[in-house]
Amino acid sequence: MKNIKLNPETHPLTWRLNSVISPIWIHEYIKKKGYQAVLKTLKNFEPNEIIQLVIQSGLKGRGGAGFPTGVKWNLMSNNKLKKSRYLICNADEMEPGTYKDRFLLENLPHQLIEGMIIAAFALNVKYGYIFLRGDYYTAEKNLNRALSEAKNSGYLGDYICKSNFSFHLFLHTGAGRYICGEETALINSLEGKRANPRYKPPFPAISGLWGKPTCINNVETLSNIPSIILYGNTWYHSLSQSVDTGTKLLGFSGLVKKAGLWELPLGITAREIFEKYSGGMRSGYILKAWQPGGAGTSFLINKHLDVKMDFISLQEIGSRLGTGLSMAIDTSVNMISLLINLETFFARESCGFCTPCRDGLPWVVKILKKLERKHGSLDDIKLLEEISENLGPGKTFCAHAPGAVSPLKSAIKYFRTEFEAGTILFPKYFQNILV
Amino acid sequence: MCKLNTKELSQINEIKKHYKYPQASLIEVLKIVQENRGWISDFMVKEIAYILDISSCEVDSVATFYSQIFRKPVGRNIVRYCDSVVCFLNGYLSIKKALKKTLKISLGQTTKDFRYTLLPTCCLGACDQGPVLMINKDLICHVKVAMIPKILDIYK
Repeated sequence: MKNIKLNPETHPLTWRLNSVISPIWIHEYIKKKGYQAVLKTLKNFEPNEIIQLVIQSGLKGRGGAGFPTGVKWNLMSNNKLKKSRYLICNADEMEPGTYKDRFLLENLPHQLIEGMIIAAFALNVKYGYIFLRGDYYTAEKNLNRALSEAKNSGYLGDYICKSNFSFHLFLHTGAGRYICGEETALINSLEGKRANPRYKPPFPAISGLWGKPTCINNVETLSNIPSIILYGNTWYHSLSQSVDTGTKLLGFSGLVKKAGLWELPLGITAREIFEKYSGGMRSGYILKAWQPGGAGTSFLINKHLDVKMDFISLQEIGSRLGTGLSMAIDTSVNMISLLINLETFFARESCGFCTPCRDGLPWVVKILKKLERKHGSLDDIKLLEEISENLGPGKTFCAHAPGAVSPLKSAIKYFRTEFEAGTILFPKYFQNILV
Repeated sequence: MCKLNTKELSQINEIKKHYKYPQASLIEVLKIVQENRGWISDFMVKEIAYILDISSCEVDSVATFYSQIFRKPVGRNIVRYCDSVVCFLNGYLSIKKALKKTLKISLGQTTKDFRYTLLPTCCLGACDQGPVLMINKDLICHVKVAMIPKILDIYK
């Protein structure tokens, strides 16, 4: 964040930060237009107007899936019959290669709280939870302080800012499982159960926490809400350089000169982030491949660096924006070894609920290890492709396995020779003559 | 019947207020008990089941599912290294090797003096500063092999 001059018009998420990055507590937050969006909301808007504003802003979920936030909220608002309803912030950031929510949670906790108050008002919600990853101890400490500051200042609790609206927000910490980031698994975990995903439909907007309508948004998504309320849709659209609106925390990690994250307009090219902000590869290293947004996104190669970092452009070239935090892989890394690391992670973190994921992912690891030892065969590569198909979207209970096999599929596509190098290529006369 | 101490009970009663049903506080309750006792014994599983009015099977199924809940005794200091993909690129394998060599234990094991337990962990969200270690609640970034004995020595 060091080389960008921050201001509210261009950096709605991060402009409040000081040059030495440290948490922004309530006094400083209020001085810097903090909680003004809550006051504006309570004074000037009806809940449905807020939802329409968010729909028109074009804000898409920043947790990875990129589902339009306003549309998600609208699903909740259509369900008016049930009295109890909940809002949950998904702060269970465990995607390898991703470190954006931790940054917002630790340094700008009030921005998230303000976003949640507005969301709760729009959705007519009285109770909310921040589901925080258990390992984020600093974020836990800072959020607890911010929650108590907000409560003491009348922004949380009964009759917020002397209005008729009440909202109670609690911090819930997880106990370490990647699958908790999946929204229905998160609900199960919050209910005190194993974090097994639930079958959809019904979607959480109809039947979520304790069977009641529930809306789940990511930290970065909710942190965008206050500025949308303050500055409006036209401004939010103008921030972006693509059809997807707003800014996004984007960055590069791996063996680049300056790993980090920056708040940048959606639609900026990956090359600009890689070369201008991250300074390119460290001396002596050459870029071989990159993942645009976390461990579950497909690999891309050098020629894709000119792609716009937004939801649509990355989908068009066969990957996903995901969490937007890219990872650079250099030519010294063997893709099989890298995939063993990735797939071991996904196999370990499978909740074990559905068979394709539970059995398929360890099988993938086993084959990859065989290829690493150069004991594989060409049939193993074919088998990996088959397993990838059978663990693809719609074949498993949730998106864990499809996310796990998309880097594998893309690695076979771009680096097939490395897979073939792991095989014993039999001379022709050893082949079965009956085939 | 209940053998949880007063401090634990008061913490549990406080946390239960955050949820509509007592079971929802189960993970927090497991963490409270573990904070006080180091791990969750079979006896404690039954105690927690009693206090939350759920079955002990349910408590055990949750306690065994989450990586931060320990169902066997662990050391005073939990040493966890990030084994995710960016730390892989930044060389976590040498960190893992050095930790095993220094502590003279393998993954999931505890030193004989119960000073350390060594575990792997998912991405700790500090990919810009890898490789990363977490000892108890401390995040240690830019770890180098040579630093490991000195870092470990801080934790008694």
